[in-house]
Amino acid sequence: MTQKTFRLFPVTAEHDELSALALRVREHVVRMATRGGCFVGASLSCADILVHLYKRVLRTGPERVADPDRDYLFLSKGHDVPALYGLLAELGYFPRERLARHLDPADSIYWHPNRGIPGVEFHSGSLGHLLSVAMGVALDVKLRGGPNRVYVVLGDGELDEGSCWEGFLVASALGLDNLVAVIDRNWFQANLRTEELVPLEPLGAKLAAFGWAVRCADGHDFADLDRAFAGLPVVERRPTAVIAETVRGKGLPSLESRADRWFANFSAEEVEALLAELHGIRAAVITSPTLVVR
Amino acid sequence: MKDYGETLLALAESDPNVVVMTAENRAAIRGLPEKLRGRFVDVGICEQTMIGMAAGLALRGRLPVVHALATFLTMRAFEFIRTDVGIAGLPVVLVGGVPGFLSEANGPTHQAIEDVALMRGIPGMQVVCPADGEELAAALPAILASRRPTYVRYHAGAPVTGTHAPFSLGKAEVFGDGFDVAILTYGLLCREALAAKELLAEAGIAARVVNLRSLKPIDETAVLVAARARLVVVVEDHLQTGGLTSILAELLLARGRTARVRSLALAERWFRPALLPAVLEVEGFTGRHIAERAAAWLRMPEA
Repeated sequence: MTQKTFRLFPVTAEHDELSALALRVREHVVRMATRGGCFVGASLSCADILVHLYKRVLRTGPERVADPDRDYLFLSKGHDVPALYGLLAELGYFPRERLARHLDPADSIYWHPNRGIPGVEFHSGSLGHLLSVAMGVALDVKLRGGPNRVYVVLGDGELDEGSCWEGFLVASALGLDNLVAVIDRNWFQANLRTEELVPLEPLGAKLAAFGWAVRCADGHDFADLDRAFAGLPVVERRPTAVIAETVRGKGLPSLESRADRWFANFSAEEVEALLAELHGIRAAVITSPTLVVR
Repeated sequence: MKDYGETLLALAESDPNVVVMTAENRAAIRGLPEKLRGRFVDVGICEQTMIGMAAGLALRGRLPVVHALATFLTMRAFEFIRTDVGIAGLPVVLVGGVPGFLSEANGPTHQAIEDVALMRGIPGMQVVCPADGEELAAALPAILASRRPTYVRYHAGAPVTGTHAPFSLGKAEVFGDGFDVAILTYGLLCREALAAKELLAEAGIAARVVNLRSLKPIDETAVLVAARARLVVVVEDHLQTGGLTSILAELLLARGRTARVRSLALAERWFRPALLPAVLEVEGFTGRHIAERAAAWLRMPEA
């Protein structure tokens, strides 16, 4: 598998609505990346995946947060939660105005997922946790004969954690074919490219060797994601992994694949410039000394 | 009397939400797989995955009772316990096998002598340390009914007493009413503490033994009453840091009380691996050792 160049937004008619939604989610992410900042790069890489899952795949919705038959989505790489929060607000899980209270101690929207926020299934942030939590939910669904599917979004850097590979082994042993791991393959750890630090390739072959059914997709192409999530489970008694190829900072060429844009705290002017760039008006020039790498 | 496995099976049969899990440690639950079928989950030697899965099961309304050796459960999977079970306050029962001296001749890799410190350090986590199999069986229904995360320092040894006082979380069991010496202890060493009490009585020293089977929540009243004794001796197969010795110090400090306290615990070291009777002998934790040390401390002039 090699890195590819992606279209900024898919142009097929049936995906226009998703593209527009993903753009609004990215606007929320950029707006959260100021006055304290957020993990902007990862949030932008997974935005299209989350939009696609919530609009095209998951059988859930704001009216179903307590429905035991809903599909579950666990965000294991928790630092990309601004994308999830932006999307949940757009979908009506909570008012959009609440996003403006990001990092406000009077609210509880902080840098990592808080399960007190409607739509967030579990807290995360410590990497390598939610595959196993998702497995517990998937196992219970199996025991009860429920219709639900359980999706867990993992970062590729996160796969350094041994607990992920423990989970891959056990999920396969338990035959959890209602479990889907979606890997946001943005090719970056916090500071370095994955293949420069701890190479993961051949990632698909590794997962297949662990007993998973593996599909690959362009994580910014809704038509390709449609194909990847169609007809699950791919193989009876096997969990499914979807390796979604993405670009860190996607949508903002001035940030894409810049190692120092993992966590960012932009000035108000930079936020405006980035919003303009997001809409394809002009490229932003980011010089702020407030850029922080965490 | 039902043993641990039978008690757990009965609870699982009366409550369909109970799920029994293990990280390939079946010693105490060997008869359960065929009885519980899908509700018995062995994940292999994957303690972290077991805890994460238990959290997921609990999110769905299950009551997971998980099993692994105390060292690997509380240390290999510590962050999973703290983060997945602890932060969410999920009703997962963590049963740690061969804690403290019960690891016998395994050596330091297997010595859970910091487990109480680690588990009680998690906000909301209960810590239960039964003195014998009867107390363990009595504690289990109360723990499950509490719907709180709980660490159980598994000990299913022969009965230390005829009949225990009924088990209740946060309630100690007190043997005797002497105020010369109060021995505060839990778990395996209750037996030795009770033997020490008899030996002290023969020497004309009136002792009481406080069996702190529920270390968290702690029975403050029983401890503070015991602290009025001329000498308080804490006996624990745990590091001196973070266990009952620390709990007592914290409690006295919080209540503005003082007491003359001595601690028989492991100070900054692991214990010498051997079969249990030899460990007790060589480490100085038999009833005779406890009685002799208590009598000697009592004879020392009060500072």
